[in-house]
Amino acid sequence: MAEERVRAGAAVRERAGAAVRIGEGLRAYGLIAAMWVRSTLAYRTSFLLTALGHFAATGLDFLAILLMFSHITVLGGFTLPEVAFLYGTSNAALGLADLALGSMDRLGSRVRDGTMDVLLVRPVPVFAQVAADRFALRRLGRITQAALVLGWSLTRVEVDWTPGRVLLVPLMLLSGTVIFGAVFTLGAAFQFVAQDAAEVQNSFTYGGSTLLQYPPAVFAKDLVRGVTFVVPLAFVNWLPALRLLGRDDPLGLPGWVDFCGPAVAALMCVLAWLAWRTGLRNYRSTGS
Amino acid sequence: MLYAAVAARSFRRYATYRIATASGVFTNTVFGFIIAYTYIALWTERPHLGGYDLPQALTYAWTGQALLAATGLLMGGGMDDLQERIRSGDIAVDLHRPADLQLWWLAADLGRAAFQLIGRGLLPMAVGTLVFPSALPASAATWLLFLLSVALGVVVGFALRYLVALTSFWLLDGAGVSMVAGLLCMFCSGMVLPLNVFPGAFGEVVRLLPWSSMLQVPADVLLGVHDGAGVAGALAFQAGWAAVLLAAGRLLQSVATRKVVVQGG
Repeated sequence: MAEERVRAGAAVRERAGAAVRIGEGLRAYGLIAAMWVRSTLAYRTSFLLTALGHFAATGLDFLAILLMFSHITVLGGFTLPEVAFLYGTSNAALGLADLALGSMDRLGSRVRDGTMDVLLVRPVPVFAQVAADRFALRRLGRITQAALVLGWSLTRVEVDWTPGRVLLVPLMLLSGTVIFGAVFTLGAAFQFVAQDAAEVQNSFTYGGSTLLQYPPAVFAKDLVRGVTFVVPLAFVNWLPALRLLGRDDPLGLPGWVDFCGPAVAALMCVLAWLAWRTGLRNYRSTGS
Repeated sequence: MLYAAVAARSFRRYATYRIATASGVFTNTVFGFIIAYTYIALWTERPHLGGYDLPQALTYAWTGQALLAATGLLMGGGMDDLQERIRSGDIAVDLHRPADLQLWWLAADLGRAAFQLIGRGLLPMAVGTLVFPSALPASAATWLLFLLSVALGVVVGFALRYLVALTSFWLLDGAGVSMVAGLLCMFCSGMVLPLNVFPGAFGEVVRLLPWSSMLQVPADVLLGVHDGAGVAGALAFQAGWAAVLLAAGRLLQSVATRKVVVQGG
């Protein structure tokens, strides 16, 4: 009995060690982010314009969808509120991930110009520094816009709301955010090798969220397979949304797959963490 | 001669970033696929929407991806440097050079665009044509007219971005204006959806604005939408906007250099 307690105590302390490191990272992230927020707010007009710009930039995608629906009533078997639901969930998830980790695509330029080295000698977790670098509050624009569209769609979609279905929506957003966050991290880890390929990352993040705005039936089956099994973006919103809206998925997967979002998100985190660690350990300075 | 050298150096400058170009090609191709599939869904529901049949609509989508970097349909597009020079005060050095500021930057932008068209445009277009039905013209004359139209579109795009960059003389941080200008450009050029799909009078107004020179007009020239006189009219439309906007840039430039105190000077 006592022995068990001792062992449990050691495990708790070990976990506490990890928790302390994560805590330090979060604290550092918060401080750096707060610094960037202050610096952004120094040019207030420009901040407001860029925040509005982000709001409008994402709004343009939705305007395109509205323009399409001015000519049609269904797209890929989905009505406008249903497409708006896909749009809102994918953009909210991307927006949250982008707010937290969106600056990570600058890692390549840091490796190129040698400023990466500065981050390595500071007594602060490198990940927190890279993630919080140039923290851009204006990205709230995308999140606001996505939330508005999502809110509107929720009042219009025909869903028989049960407690389980209601719970599925925040769960989708959370696992979606984590999946996109992992993609941002994987992209950054790739920059250690590629250095000058930040746009590839955009294909998977911004491109991915554009893809997820439209019903899966719009796309070729191989493409849907790709974003289900290779880069599992389908778990951000397609699969749970199909469940919620009572549609079958085009790949005919078993029903329980629709609820795998959190598990997929956790798996993606492990992969991203491994990739990040490998990238950082193999990093060699430019030497200039 | 000087300006030709500037253009050539600018071409080579962008050609240096090979990995960035490759990753840009990848991105344009990925977005091309996504947009192409949504157009297929849209045009299957409403055949001949906006006067295009499905192959034409798909070719339009890929033309957009091919011209995206060249005509600068998104934000930035090479004018960030000028903005930064104005903000930092380095512009004072440029103003003392025995070269015209606007022509200098136009030459640099033409060099940039030429590289982007070849480096980032050709491959996505080729992929799109191989994978999807397409309505590319067989006649060399149409292709030549298309290239001429693209060149005019590049000049219009430059003239617009030059105006935006000059606002930095007054605002110092031009990020906000650039962003708003970029959005206008994306929407009004036909990048979001072809402008002929825009409904009613709104659509007609948007087609008359300068931004349509940057994608809609070249794409229509490529797709053979216009007849002979129509093509001439389309090119004249672009040339007209180019002239007006370049003149406006020149005017704003002279106002800026006369009355603005350069930072750090």
